[in-house]
Amino acid sequence: MTTLRKALLGGTAMWLFAGAATAQELNALVWCDHADDALIKPFEELHGVKVNLREYEGTGAALALLDQSRPGDWDVLVIDGIDVFRTVETGLLAPLPKEELPISDMFPEVVMEENNSKDGVWYAVTEKFGYNTISYNADKVDVSDMQNLASVWSDKYAGRISIYDYYLPVMGLAAISEGIETAKIDEASLDAISSVLTQMRSSAASVAGVVAAQTALATGEVDIVVGGGEWLTAVLAEEQPEMTWTIPDQGAVRWTQSIGMLADSEQQELALEFIKYIVSPEGQSRLSTSSCFWGMPANANAGDILSKEQKEVLRWDEQGEFLSRTQLYPAPNTELDIAMQDLWLDKLSQ
Amino acid sequence: MNSDNVKWGWGFVTPALIWTIAFFIVPFAVMVAMSFANLEGRSLTWGFHLDNYEELATRAYLKRAVLVSLEITLTVTLVSIVLAYPLAAIIAFRVPLRWQRLVLLLAILPFWTSYVVRSYAWLLVLAREGLINQALLEFGIISDPLTLANTRFATVTGFVHFFVMLLTLTIYANLKQLSPNYRLAAMDLGANPFQTFRYVIMPLTLPGIVTGAFLTFVLCIGDYVTPQILGGNNELTIPQVIMVQLGRRADFPLASALALVMMGMVTLAYLAAARWLRIDRV
Repeated sequence: MTTLRKALLGGTAMWLFAGAATAQELNALVWCDHADDALIKPFEELHGVKVNLREYEGTGAALALLDQSRPGDWDVLVIDGIDVFRTVETGLLAPLPKEELPISDMFPEVVMEENNSKDGVWYAVTEKFGYNTISYNADKVDVSDMQNLASVWSDKYAGRISIYDYYLPVMGLAAISEGIETAKIDEASLDAISSVLTQMRSSAASVAGVVAAQTALATGEVDIVVGGGEWLTAVLAEEQPEMTWTIPDQGAVRWTQSIGMLADSEQQELALEFIKYIVSPEGQSRLSTSSCFWGMPANANAGDILSKEQKEVLRWDEQGEFLSRTQLYPAPNTELDIAMQDLWLDKLSQ
Repeated sequence: MNSDNVKWGWGFVTPALIWTIAFFIVPFAVMVAMSFANLEGRSLTWGFHLDNYEELATRAYLKRAVLVSLEITLTVTLVSIVLAYPLAAIIAFRVPLRWQRLVLLLAILPFWTSYVVRSYAWLLVLAREGLINQALLEFGIISDPLTLANTRFATVTGFVHFFVMLLTLTIYANLKQLSPNYRLAAMDLGANPFQTFRYVIMPLTLPGIVTGAFLTFVLCIGDYVTPQILGGNNELTIPQVIMVQLGRRADFPLASALALVMMGMVTLAYLAAARWLRIDRV
């Protein structure tokens, strides 16, 4: 064999080997906050893998995507904390080794064992949380009004409100304003919630998704976002410190997102490593300040890594009070969920 | 026709046939079948169920979405025609021939920007503190900002901006095909400019108007982005309701039924256009 031929064969073998070595890919179905290089690159570099992210909005969309995919297409799933049970019931998620997860380092209120586990087996772990409450422009509203939900959507602010376009937290806020606990919402509560939504809707200039709500607040189109929170105003805070949020006296809704491993994943070891990275203090600090939206890290040790300024924006020191005054998203069963969506759509098209 | 020609003919047609079957006929058949399926919880039951269509007939927000879509689409189509016709006529008859290409290029310049970016740009123009309100306040025409964004007016404005360009092109192409002799003959026979336009030019440019109007109708009724960004979700259109069924409920059967209703409306628009134009004779 000539030297040239040997070199060519050797080069080809090295190229193939190198290709094989970097061929491992992890496919994750996530919310937009995971699609941030600052979060994903360190994991890719550490493990020499490629993480493919597919963003989605709404659990229904994720479940539809999973239904249409082949087993093994997806390795990791990020999902609304209250919807974990839906994926566990259908056998979509694989058990997680509890001893390898930093559960004892988490804020106790967001561990949510009843949501993330079943019969003592953990299927998901909380990675981030925050609040659906009231965001506002402090220069344009009477700040004391923001402490009372009924004042927020009263005629005083008619045409200056945007409603966050997600039925669960907004209907949760409506329930809270009527003294109904979010966990106790049932068919009988819908009449009271409907009345509040009618009032809210008549005062609202728009019903907006994340980007549209942020744009509306930042451009002065509206002064208040019902259902907003730190996730909405944190990215605006640097340039527009007057954009802020509060939790009214009646309370507000708490959102959580969980991360789990799909039962059909063919690379469960790597998927588990990814989950462990995301819930580690380093991963948590990056996830909580993601370019898409900010939110509190579930792992309290992330506080050692976050800067003083970042913690101020997240209102780190007030979390104890906020956690005690907020309630989880409503978690309706399928029938109630459909009834709530129908009511929401009826109100939207009023 | 000899057999070689037939083979060649099939050879040319087969790729297009396979494409059409794979990407139109099969998906369409699946959509039709899906619209008669039922979703119970998360399990799909195939069969011939009319539940989705019954829901369409009874649910207030679904009926309203159909009505809103039709109202917006018809408004946009009419306003676009009214604005595009004079623009096309000015370009065709008043602008010197050597400048016409440049003027057309300028007219379609907004096509070059992203649809989403254009919609957000309109949102900034129409906002409470946007360009229009600032100007009106500055000149003392109004004392309080007008609510322009997040309204049907904003949705129609965004659509019209886009479709005027499309209609201008179809009408301009039609106007340029007309021989100047028609105008000269009409005037020679004593018609004034209005009569010439009303009884000669406009009837002859109807194919351009109707073709552009049909394209406007099809693109407008199926559009999701503009009403979502500019309408502020204050009125739901059919595409928005379809997105809700897919994104939040994963209710493919109801979404399919809605999509078929929308296709039915487009088909009716096509039949009306074809009948009006007597397309078989064009």
